[in-house]
Amino acid sequence: MGNVTRRRFLIGGSALAVSMPWLVSETFAAPTKTIKIGGLYPLTGNLASTGLDCKRGAEMAVEIINGKYDLNLPLAKTEGLPNLGGAKIEVVWADTKGEPKNGQAEAERVVTQDGVVGVIGAYQSAVTKTASQATERLRIPYVCSDSSSPTLTERGLKYFFRVSPHDGIFAHDQFNFLKDLEKVKKQKVQTLGLLYENTEFGSNVGKQENKYAQEYGYQVVADISYTANATDVTSEVGRLTKANPDVLMHASYITDAILFTKTFKEMGFNPKGMLTMAGYIEPGYLPAVKADGDYVIVRSTFALDLAKSKPLVAKVNELFKKKYGVDMSENAARSFTAPFVFADAINRARTTEPEAVVKALHETNIPGDQVIYPWKGVRFDPQFNQNIYATGTLVQVQNQQYATVWPFEAAAKDVVWPFPAWKSRK
Amino acid sequence: MDSGVLQQLVNSLLIGSVYSLVAIGLTLIWGVMNIINFAHGEFLMLGMFIAFWFYTLLHLDPLFSIPICAAVLFILGAAIYRFIVSKVMSGPLLAQLVVTFGVSIFLANLAVMLWTPDFRLIEKPLLSGTWSLGAVQLSIPKFAASLGSVLVSAGILLFLKKTKTGKAILAVEMNRESALLMGINTERINALSFGVGAALVGIAGAFLSMYYYIYPQVGGLFGLISFCIVALGGFGSIEGAFLAGILIGFVQTLGGYYFDPAYKYAIVFLVYLITVWIRPQGLLGW
Repeated sequence: MGNVTRRRFLIGGSALAVSMPWLVSETFAAPTKTIKIGGLYPLTGNLASTGLDCKRGAEMAVEIINGKYDLNLPLAKTEGLPNLGGAKIEVVWADTKGEPKNGQAEAERVVTQDGVVGVIGAYQSAVTKTASQATERLRIPYVCSDSSSPTLTERGLKYFFRVSPHDGIFAHDQFNFLKDLEKVKKQKVQTLGLLYENTEFGSNVGKQENKYAQEYGYQVVADISYTANATDVTSEVGRLTKANPDVLMHASYITDAILFTKTFKEMGFNPKGMLTMAGYIEPGYLPAVKADGDYVIVRSTFALDLAKSKPLVAKVNELFKKKYGVDMSENAARSFTAPFVFADAINRARTTEPEAVVKALHETNIPGDQVIYPWKGVRFDPQFNQNIYATGTLVQVQNQQYATVWPFEAAAKDVVWPFPAWKSRK
Repeated sequence: MDSGVLQQLVNSLLIGSVYSLVAIGLTLIWGVMNIINFAHGEFLMLGMFIAFWFYTLLHLDPLFSIPICAAVLFILGAAIYRFIVSKVMSGPLLAQLVVTFGVSIFLANLAVMLWTPDFRLIEKPLLSGTWSLGAVQLSIPKFAASLGSVLVSAGILLFLKKTKTGKAILAVEMNRESALLMGINTERINALSFGVGAALVGIAGAFLSMYYYIYPQVGGLFGLISFCIVALGGFGSIEGAFLAGILIGFVQTLGGYYFDPAYKYAIVFLVYLITVWIRPQGLLGW
């Protein structure tokens, strides 16, 4: 050891000593975390337009959570999750291509490969079913706000939560509407025609409607299940015309909604009313069928005219329209909620550890004025993990716009009944 | 007699004749080259989109787009043969099967990228509305589509049987080596057949666009049914494809009406399985 070496040692040593605090802070400081959530939707395939719609809703929600917005929504006014140091949500999008087998594969992939701590999606009940079975096995929480089959929350799963109303609720709504119609508008209905697509969603709607028809004393004269992507539906409409029901109840996706509307017009099928689900409220439906869509009644959780009683709806729609150039649709509105429910739970749990998040989800109590629907809020029942405050409304297409017509007390417009015959229209 | 049945019989003919036209294009390609054109449904989709865009941008009714759809798809078909398919003709069988599948995925997703997955409809075609003929409501666009399909099918049959080029195509279908020995340029016939096959389904697309909704994945079920029809009618047989198409139209519509609409496609494929079991070469195949 000579003079030079000792000098070098002193210089090196002091440099190290001076930089010590900086080095320590870099190694041990927690950087702003990203919380990854998996978003499963049909981004390609037959329902790609729906998938895109849902994706936008969820994307908008994440933007509001991550940014600072003066809106009465959970975590909107802060950037990111305050209890986790402002950690931001990042959605890992997965394309289910609209098929249940991909739902399972993609759920597994985002959890095991991308390390997501939760999953949202997947619109189609059949896909949500398989995806959530995967997440249950992997013990990762799944918050669904856009699939409506009642069986999803009847499986006794511990990690699956549903925010939006299910088809049992929607079907019940339809029958309550018919009873109200008789009481208030003095319009009697006796026979029903049930028409539904044949996957998880439609078949369960069929079951629910059959159940309520029996309970409420209506006669089912036609009970038809069909393939959603048919090339031709003249057989189905032929059977309906023969049975001649007072009211048609139709559970469809968008492709069949369009095809049936055209075929109903072509074959002159005129029931007194059409109560429908899902496909008829897709943003692609009215642009495709234009005035032929008028007077159809659809179940909904959301309508733009809610803004009258809830200004929050108008503010959110304004943001959405600015970003995407179109009004918020029912799908986008439904998918909008799941990210908030997750963020709220993770924030309260102060961790992304699954068991703690599930516990926090059970304690969810988001008040009614912080959601863009006419609900009392979000609160899960302890047995089925279904939001007990989720309710539906009925909207009717009038002049190619959706107007809330039921419950009558909350209606924006009067319901047009009976369904004006095709030949009598322009 | 159930008045509804007459309506269903008419509908069977209407949908069956369009199926026939789609299938004839496929059977031509299959018969001549032994290539299964998995992209056939996508050619249909392109025909529909061409008719749609000419209607939307240039206000040209689909009726008048028919020659344009035929021409564009002919060129596309011949080009796909020349630049893609011909390269694998000398390769392993698996490559030949897979290459059109790749084209199908490419075309469907290209359509999604260019035109979004949204559904389009031609709102006010020249031919619209319904004729009320007693118990039967005859949709005018469907009637025009099926009449057109029948005429085009007859036309292509005449072309194949009466013209020199047509006969050359049939010759190659029957026996490639002998045709070559007779001085027929089989490469040119291949490209021509692929082009003509594509053009035929392009015309079917133009017809369908008058009343069916248009979107990038529309080729899916139509394509699948056309494979079934080709196999049922006999590979390479134009008359067979035409007959089988009509037959499937009946099976699908009446099966759905009398049995259960939920199973109508199962019935279609069941009929196909039974026919192939009894007569493997199809109804009119060699």
